[in-house]
Amino acid sequence: MAAAAGEVRLIGGWPSPFVLRARVALNLKGVEYEFLQEKFGEKSELLLRSNPVYKKVPVLLHHDKPVCESMIIVEYVDAAWAKSGQAILPADPYERALHRFWAVYIDDKWFPSMFGIAKAQTEEAKAESVEQAWAALKLLEEAFEKLSKGKAFFGGGTIGYVDIALGAYLGWAKVIEQMAGLKLFDEEKTPLLAVWAERFCAHEAVKEVMPETEKLMEFAKMLRGK
Amino acid sequence: MDQPPSSVKLLGSWADSHTHRVQLALKLKGLEFEYQEEDFINPSPALLLHNPVYKKVPALLHGGRSIVESVVILQYIDETWTDNPIMPADPSERAVIRFWCHFTDDKLAPAVGLVFSSSGEGQKAAVDQVHENLKLLERELKDGAFKGRRFFGGDKIGLLDIVLGCGSYWLAVFEEVMEVKLIDPESFPVFHAWLRDFEEQQEVKETIPAIDRLLEYARGIRQMMLSGSINNAAASSG
Repeated sequence: MAAAAGEVRLIGGWPSPFVLRARVALNLKGVEYEFLQEKFGEKSELLLRSNPVYKKVPVLLHHDKPVCESMIIVEYVDAAWAKSGQAILPADPYERALHRFWAVYIDDKWFPSMFGIAKAQTEEAKAESVEQAWAALKLLEEAFEKLSKGKAFFGGGTIGYVDIALGAYLGWAKVIEQMAGLKLFDEEKTPLLAVWAERFCAHEAVKEVMPETEKLMEFAKMLRGK
Repeated sequence: MDQPPSSVKLLGSWADSHTHRVQLALKLKGLEFEYQEEDFINPSPALLLHNPVYKKVPALLHGGRSIVESVVILQYIDETWTDNPIMPADPSERAVIRFWCHFTDDKLAPAVGLVFSSSGEGQKAAVDQVHENLKLLERELKDGAFKGRRFFGGDKIGLLDIVLGCGSYWLAVFEEVMEVKLIDPESFPVFHAWLRDFEEQQEVKETIPAIDRLLEYARGIRQMMLSGSINNAAASSG
């Protein structure tokens, strides 16, 4: 569904998994939007005005009204373009609660442990973060089994809320796997998620906007050099 | 859609603001429910069963299934019992409500908790942080998204009122226990007025424990923290 010029704009940065969430949601709904790439190291006037509380990307501007926080943007896109594409959140209140819960868990437990691997200063600290990350993925594997009901995604036949929440981190997960010399999405530990990860990255709504691992590696090296 | 009263059960703790959020929402919806008191330190087998991931209150049991995380529970309640909605219908208004709920639990609540668990310079910094956060809410109430409203939800209490309101009573409690100024009516007139109005509502009065009990509870925890028997602020809930 084409939007009038300027009707839908997304302020973001290409490396950000949170921005990726918003982009996947918009793509799933076939929404045309203008991507306003922030300059690294600087925050634009528009960003500061649109998200004065956090001053962070992503910010969705729809008819110039800002929506902030990645999963809030995803839920907004799902509701505002309810008639387009497939539903991102299921209709049933209990299933919605499950999707919302796991999205909270992903940001609360999975992301810090994954990030912890990258930040770790000692082998010990790294090993601890790796254990935590694997433990979190084990729980997510069980959640996948329950939510997918034998289908391809957490959302069932199509990409859903939890897919977006977790899938957005896959680019950085690959970088961390390479830098740390280990597998996070391990076929032996979490077979369903290992397959799901490839499937998510290959999806039409994702593959154009998921940053390439090499580019992210370069970006990570640049950050470390800073 | 009506459910038989016995099919709703809440596992909670009496001094826990996240539990109060759920109790208040259920009351506002006119729903009967069974309540089971949980001990923070010793979760019951039921709690471990129904919240295996976080092992914390509150947990809502409905129709043999469990829902956890207070803001997730509130939305579940609103979407299951659709009379007397606590969320607006418009998607962009819903996004605004969700944003400030996120802000409450991500920024304001931790800052308030830090006031309680710290001393000296650390506490001063935490107090400043609380003021900064309250300023943002004050601005939003005065000139922003909630301008001219009695409650964040409009004429009636909504989801954000529940989330902010169930927890804001700690501001007055900590002011007294810690002898700090947190919610000065001169600095935050609109927020202060909202909170007073909120706390006057019948359902709210039935939900929030008497201030004396909260004061005694807070003093007890603070004593234990200062004497080193516990390291963190009162156990937080999901």
